[in-house]
Amino acid sequence: MKVETKLEGPELTEFLQEKALTIRRDIIKMTGIAGSGHPGGSLSATDIVAAIYWYALRHDPNQPKWKERDRFILSKGHAAPVLYAALAETGYINRDVLWTLRQFGSALQGHPDMRKVAGVEISTGSLGQGLAIACGIALAGRLDKLDYKVYTVIGDGESQEGEIWEAAMLAAHYKLDNLIAITDYNDLQIDGRVSDIKDVCPVDDKWRAFGWHVICIDGHDMDQIVAALDEARQLKGKPVMIEAKTIKGKGVSFMEDMVEWHGVAPNQEQMIAALKELGVDDWTSW
Amino acid sequence: MTKPRATREGYADALLELGEELPNVVVLDSDLSKSTGAARFGKAFPDRFINCGVAEQSMMGAAAGLAACGKICYTGSFAVFATGRAFEQIRNSIAYCNFEVKICPSHAGVTVGQDGGSHQSVEDIALMRCLPNMKVIVPADYIEAKTAVKAAAHISGPIYIRLGRPAVTPVNGDDYAFEFGRARVLRVGGDVTILAIGIMVGEALKAADRLAEEGISAEVINVITVKPLDEETILASVRKTGRAITAEEHSIIGGLGGAISELLGEKHPAPVKRIGIGDMFGLSGSADELLRHFKLTAGDIAEAARELLLYTQ
Ligand SMILES: Cc1ncc(C[n+]2csc(CCOP(=O)(O)OP(=O)(O)O)c2C)c(N)n1
Ligand SMILES: [Mg+2]
Repeated sequence: MKVETKLEGPELTEFLQEKALTIRRDIIKMTGIAGSGHPGGSLSATDIVAAIYWYALRHDPNQPKWKERDRFILSKGHAAPVLYAALAETGYINRDVLWTLRQFGSALQGHPDMRKVAGVEISTGSLGQGLAIACGIALAGRLDKLDYKVYTVIGDGESQEGEIWEAAMLAAHYKLDNLIAITDYNDLQIDGRVSDIKDVCPVDDKWRAFGWHVICIDGHDMDQIVAALDEARQLKGKPVMIEAKTIKGKGVSFMEDMVEWHGVAPNQEQMIAALKELGVDDWTSW
Repeated sequence: MTKPRATREGYADALLELGEELPNVVVLDSDLSKSTGAARFGKAFPDRFINCGVAEQSMMGAAAGLAACGKICYTGSFAVFATGRAFEQIRNSIAYCNFEVKICPSHAGVTVGQDGGSHQSVEDIALMRCLPNMKVIVPADYIEAKTAVKAAAHISGPIYIRLGRPAVTPVNGDDYAFEFGRARVLRVGGDVTILAIGIMVGEALKAADRLAEEGISAEVINVITVKPLDEETILASVRKTGRAITAEEHSIIGGLGGAISELLGEKHPAPVKRIGIGDMFGLSGSADELLRHFKLTAGDIAEAARELLLYTQ
């Protein structure tokens, strides 16, 4: 079975928004129970990840190693909760496992571990490495004459790593049009605003200059995300970078655009308040 | 005894004093200045603080360039990224040039906790120890870290100081001052030498207490400077006891266990047992769970001592 949605137009948008809402609730509950983790960057990437898993990706949760599957690599591995929530909702892993996040003995390590979780393509957590690995997988697809696509999400802070730009040149040089990268452009890293710490702007011009096709969108507008993914999948001859302007902590008012919520989990009170905002009145029933 | 504090706090406090004392001290970080504490230096001395963003390699390169112009540089990050990602920059731009760059990352070892194996450096001592010109220091508590970081400004060439995330109970008095290249005998004994570094020093002392109750007299040495080793102190102890245990929050390959085995193998062959992380990566969990899981407790050291005595009687 291939998971492909047949929905279109407003129905599709609504469907993807529903999935994103589920993921947001899971992120809050997972990190809340774990008592640690990275809610901010998980929530900023949620709409993108929802669209990738339920719209773009050709995959089969019952066959995680299916040769022809599209690949998704979460290069900004600290956003593991968004990936785990998507893997649970699509059926790669059991939902109950979500609540063991970061605990001793859990498969759900603080950063994704491909040896422990079906559906995690590559172990990440050390920033800057995912894009180059995605290039390798894209090159292998070409060698093996398989038509899969490789998707990867990187951070704007992560884009300060040199390896990102080495990979950027690699992908353009080899015209990897089976590679689609998305930047979660939330203008926050750990120590402050990306624009204050070490500005990556104008990042769209940088990618263009490096030979990529660049699409700039609002990373929380589902229609724009879907349209960008459509454009990216059709494009020939170049790798594609989708610059998605996002808000760190998106969906929880007291987390939005706050550097403090990069790597701090909500306490129980905050978790309950956040879940209320996300439409869950009784968190124990979620 | 003062309250438990993290060795990384010693780094931050030392930097503030160094900033006052030495106008040529420059601090660099790579988007982890809140965790390393370097942000406090940045507030006090904004001109001499350079946040390189998430970019450890160019941070090391920039430190080398600053050092080439007479600055004494301190670089922060997590141990895994500082020594791993930027290894070759450290090798060629810093160690090969013998520059004044003091590499002082935090979050070494498994006590990083929930972040898991990707973030738990268990190979950094091995990486740094094999570089010519590089010195390696592993402080056991806050005061050792603070005084070592301060002393490093006056010790020529590159130095690696390994710091940790968790608060640790002090093993030294407040009057302690770090001495480069000197190990410290914390407890005298005749049956076995326990050589420890970092958080394992406290565990070694606890193990010695337990062993004493069983009539086994353990000598406990806080090695502190892993490179260059205080050969005199270590050899004198092992000549007396005839056996050694090494204890470190690091792989048993290439770290303190490796260094001591090399030393004893050449200069005074004696049985050695290495307490450390086996040939594997870390995991998510609480610091205590992980210390138990990887057998890094006083009980594990005591058990190693019993075994060692049994088969070398
Ligand atoms: C190589 C490396 N250096 C440092 C870190 C520590 N770290 C984790 S997240 C982060 C900031 C990342 O910022 P960004 O990419 O913008 O992520 P987001 O805002 O999407 O959470 C840093 C420095 C790391 N994981 N890997
Ligand atoms: Mg960011």
